Amino acid sequence: MSTGLSTAVVRRRSSLQSLWRLGSYVRPYAGQMVLMTVAAGVAVGASLLVPLVIRSIVDGPIRHGERSGLLPLGLLALLLGVLEAGLVFVRRWVQSYAALGMETAVRDDLYAHLQRLPVAFHDEWQTGQLLSRATTDLSTVRRFLSFGLVYLVVNVATFVTVVALLVHLYAPLALFVAASAVPLFFISRNLSRAYLRTSRQVQDLQGDLATFIEESAVGVRVIRSFGRRQHVGTSFRRGARTLHDAAVGKATLVARFWSLFDLVPSLTLGGVLLFGSVAVSREAMTLGELVAFVTLMLMLVWPVDSLGWILANGQEAMTAADRIYEVFDTEPAVVDRPGAVALASTNGWLRLEKVGFSYPGSSRPVLHDIDLEVRPGETLALVGGTGSGKTTLTALVPRLYDVTAGRITLDGHDIRDLQLSSLRSLIATAFEDATLFSSSVRDNVTLGRADATDAEVAEALQIAQATFVHDLPWGLETRIGEQGLSLSGGQRQRLALARAVLGRPGVLVLDDPLSALDVHTESLVEEALRRVLSRTTALLVVHRPSTVALADRVALLEHGTIAAVGTHSELMETVPAYRAVLSQQAEEMTAG
Amino acid sequence: MSEPPEAAGTAEKETDLRSWRGVALRDVDELSDETTVRLRRRSRRLLGILLRPHRRTLWVALVLLLLQNAAAMSGPYLVKVGIDRGIPPLDTHGDATVLTVVTVAFVAAAVVEYLTKRAFLVASGRVGQAVLYDLRTRVYDHFQRLSPAFHERYTSGRVISRLTSDVDALGELLDGGVDDLVLAALSVGSVGVILLFLDLPMGLVTLLSFPLLLLLSRWFRRSSAVAYRRTRETVALVIVHFVESLGGIRAVQAFRREPRNQAIFEALNDDYRLANERAFKLIAIFAPGIKLIGNVTLAVVLLFGSYRVLGGHAEVGVLAAFLLYLRRFFDPMQDLSMFYNSLQSATAALEKLSAVLEETPTVTEPAEPVSLPQPVGRIDLDGVRFGYRDAVVLPELDLHVPAGQTVALVGATGAGKTTIARLVARFYDPQDGVVRLDGVDLRHLGEADLRRGVVMVTQENFLFSDTVAENIRFGRPDATDADVAQAARAIGALEFIEALPDGFDTQVGKRGGRLSSGQRQLLAFARAFLGDPAVLILDEATSSLDIPSERLVQRALRTILRDRTALIIAHRLSTVEIADRVLVLDRGRIVEDGTPADLVRDGGGYAGLHQAWADSLV
Repeated sequence: MSTGLSTAVVRRRSSLQSLWRLGSYVRPYAGQMVLMTVAAGVAVGASLLVPLVIRSIVDGPIRHGERSGLLPLGLLALLLGVLEAGLVFVRRWVQSYAALGMETAVRDDLYAHLQRLPVAFHDEWQTGQLLSRATTDLSTVRRFLSFGLVYLVVNVATFVTVVALLVHLYAPLALFVAASAVPLFFISRNLSRAYLRTSRQVQDLQGDLATFIEESAVGVRVIRSFGRRQHVGTSFRRGARTLHDAAVGKATLVARFWSLFDLVPSLTLGGVLLFGSVAVSREAMTLGELVAFVTLMLMLVWPVDSLGWILANGQEAMTAADRIYEVFDTEPAVVDRPGAVALASTNGWLRLEKVGFSYPGSSRPVLHDIDLEVRPGETLALVGGTGSGKTTLTALVPRLYDVTAGRITLDGHDIRDLQLSSLRSLIATAFEDATLFSSSVRDNVTLGRADATDAEVAEALQIAQATFVHDLPWGLETRIGEQGLSLSGGQRQRLALARAVLGRPGVLVLDDPLSALDVHTESLVEEALRRVLSRTTALLVVHRPSTVALADRVALLEHGTIAAVGTHSELMETVPAYRAVLSQQAEEMTAG
Repeated sequence: MSEPPEAAGTAEKETDLRSWRGVALRDVDELSDETTVRLRRRSRRLLGILLRPHRRTLWVALVLLLLQNAAAMSGPYLVKVGIDRGIPPLDTHGDATVLTVVTVAFVAAAVVEYLTKRAFLVASGRVGQAVLYDLRTRVYDHFQRLSPAFHERYTSGRVISRLTSDVDALGELLDGGVDDLVLAALSVGSVGVILLFLDLPMGLVTLLSFPLLLLLSRWFRRSSAVAYRRTRETVALVIVHFVESLGGIRAVQAFRREPRNQAIFEALNDDYRLANERAFKLIAIFAPGIKLIGNVTLAVVLLFGSYRVLGGHAEVGVLAAFLLYLRRFFDPMQDLSMFYNSLQSATAALEKLSAVLEETPTVTEPAEPVSLPQPVGRIDLDGVRFGYRDAVVLPELDLHVPAGQTVALVGATGAGKTTIARLVARFYDPQDGVVRLDGVDLRHLGEADLRRGVVMVTQENFLFSDTVAENIRFGRPDATDADVAQAARAIGALEFIEALPDGFDTQVGKRGGRLSSGQRQLLAFARAFLGDPAVLILDEATSSLDIPSERLVQRALRTILRDRTALIIAHRLSTVEIADRVLVLDRGRIVEDGTPADLVRDGGGYAGLHQAWADSLV
């Protein structure tokens, strides 16, 4: 129990800190925030003066029956009303710049940060959870900073001002009103505690549901081909139901507190009526003063009433800020070292020295003690069975993951001493899964090189035998659907290959680049690729003897380390494991 | 830090930031102005459908609101009574009975208001969440029902946007909006009546403000509808880009796409900001506009009322009550403007959501499905014609596959292999002709029967971020652990699974990212095997397997396919070799048909392919 409480306190403090840290985004709009608060404050002030004007009318012109004094006071009330409306306009108008500007800036930075975070982070974090932070949570913070915070300041100021005015009118009664702040304080405190936990829970559940939605949207074809609509539908309902229950719990909590925030000022008003009337009868205050007192009291209803809303909003903003900072506080693990150098071009001399790698949170190394050298201009093929670590190895070269032991050098530089951008511009990769985006063909091929010329694009498409794109309805400008789903596997793979060979990179890393091609296309691509490979250093993951022919040397990867290196024919002759992996004939020998 | 994103952004911002998306046949989110009215009506209808089941609760809530309103309204009246009737007796002969009664009544009213408000908030919170739940499941189910062709153009990002951000917009309305509307309407109505009753001339002066309020509201409704529609569209684009680019983060980082992605994201984000800014500015005019009308009315009534009191036509207490009521008259108007705000936003979201619900699946469930509890797997295609857009892929295809036969489809890209597979799996319906399973038109089969009969494995091999076991079990949700292990063993996946850190309980990571694509493909096979369909379709399902795995799969396939029908599409002839029958396709027509051995002997196109493949092996 006590530990639960103390963690809650810690959580609360960190949440408040998160919100405070987001304040740095408010700083550029500090002037506007002040303007908004001042406008809100003066507007409230103007509306507060109206009851005093009313008092003057009741106690002055009306009591004394003098019409002459009426008009100026009436006009004053009018003026105050116009002033208030004008200031509300100013506040809202300014808010549309400041609040949205802040929200947009945080979202931009969050996205930039996410792009900097390494692949390992993205393996762990569901896109749906990230998305709910970038949209729902951020809007919550925006609402609080632009509205809740302003009114928190204004409402407290209003409360103090009104009480001061009330004291001025009739002190004993005013003290009674001021005392109503005590129950309000306790209600607020309890609300804050309970709400913090509930709102965080709802936010997390929203993220979970977004994740589920994302998976079922991306996996819709698999769901369909297995006829598992009911199955995923049931899971979705379970998730949506959990969220529903949590949200209903939140609504119940809100109902309990908000109605209390209504009750307290009403009861106070009842007391004021009773004691005020007694005071009037004892001539401690005038009738006009009592009317003014009650009118002013009513001014407190909204500030107190809205306090519940503002506090709830504030708690939500705090937990939302917390969730956002969970992402911001994750340091990008793969970054430029201080003093990292830019490498303008490369000879393509790639060495792996005692390289080892294990995934974060796993003690078992996927790769260990790998020594490998790819000489400038050489093509080295990597061969190995499923799960031997080939794909992981290719991801280490462009630093999608950093090695956990040993080092990789390019032209003698540890790749971690090179600027990431220069390293990745020298190394081009084609993955086994051709990742395509729903944008134009040209955009997909040029991906990181928006400045590629038409001639370069045409050449790359030619090499990858991807000239089919010219037959698409709008040629290179045709938008290919998400993941290029309207294309065949072979077509997607050829586009990914075109992307890799575009602009003749210094080092090519190709992960099984021809697996989805038919024999005919494969030989055409091989022919074209051979010309490219003659000029560049390449690391090739291959599964087929035909593709191995592209390589000068072959390395056999077994159980996470290099078991043998040599030419294809050497290894075929001397290494049985190599024969087993690469020879179709071997099957006939063992199976037959 | 790599180069700052802005540097890359500004230079090309104007020229080609918009062109990256490319051209598509139909941009889903574009709509013309004349459809606006129809959209609006449709979204209102959807809201009506969603609220209908909760009619009873809504009536209860309305009663609670009426009570709450009555309790709240009695406050100022009791103040008036207290001042006009309570103070004089107290003043003159110290009689506090009236005042005591009034005070007790006041406290009672406050307690009633408290209880009714609380009960109302609970009731409305329940209805609101139930409506959101209902909407979510409806839209989710509908998305799952829509055909693959729809998803190809709609993209997953937009699906997510609809089910998160748009549903949230409705949530905000239900959260705090509806009671504002009802309370405001109630307050305005009842206060209007009370004012007329208290003092007719003053009441009439107050009512003069009505036409102005109506005009202002109408202007806001019209202009904000456009503005909010735009915010829904722009936020969808932000979400699509966010989801897709982070989903493909490997490619993004490896190709230094970050600066350009950042530029695109910032441009989309800025569009969203501008759309929001426009909506905010409309509110910035509307809300103080209402306030202005209220304040001016108050000042006018104050003057007019004072003259009436001076002229002896009204009492001071009446004026005091009047001014109090005026606050209750115009304050809800403020709430009303906020309600309007969330209503417009929610309506724009509902427009998008109802558009989704209105999409009819091109592949529909039969009204009266033919039952096929034990499919044997005979497939017949008769006079089947199919094409995408204008391009005809299959002009007229006849194909008969007896139960238990393994058929390999061979041919160049675009020959129609995948189309045949998708037609048999009923991802599409033929434009002409019939596809039959065991003599039953696929269009007459219920989904459950169809999917029990036909399962397709593609190279997409999507995995859910769950354990290895659960991903295999997806093929048959009621399978035991032993069944799952058996399926893995049959397909030759057991060895690598057992080598994983937690074996079958290993989490595969987002989209199976922790596994190699060969491993993912093995799991996809195991999943299909577990599903035990009468017809198994393999569309390039072995492409990313290495030779030993492929060998294992092929050995397994020989057993697995023995008692079922199979359609195999593979560019690798090693997989084709196990087929009983090979079809060579050319531009949607079958040009060769026979056993692999026969075709090789006949020396046609297949024989050539076979020779090229045999040469590639050494």
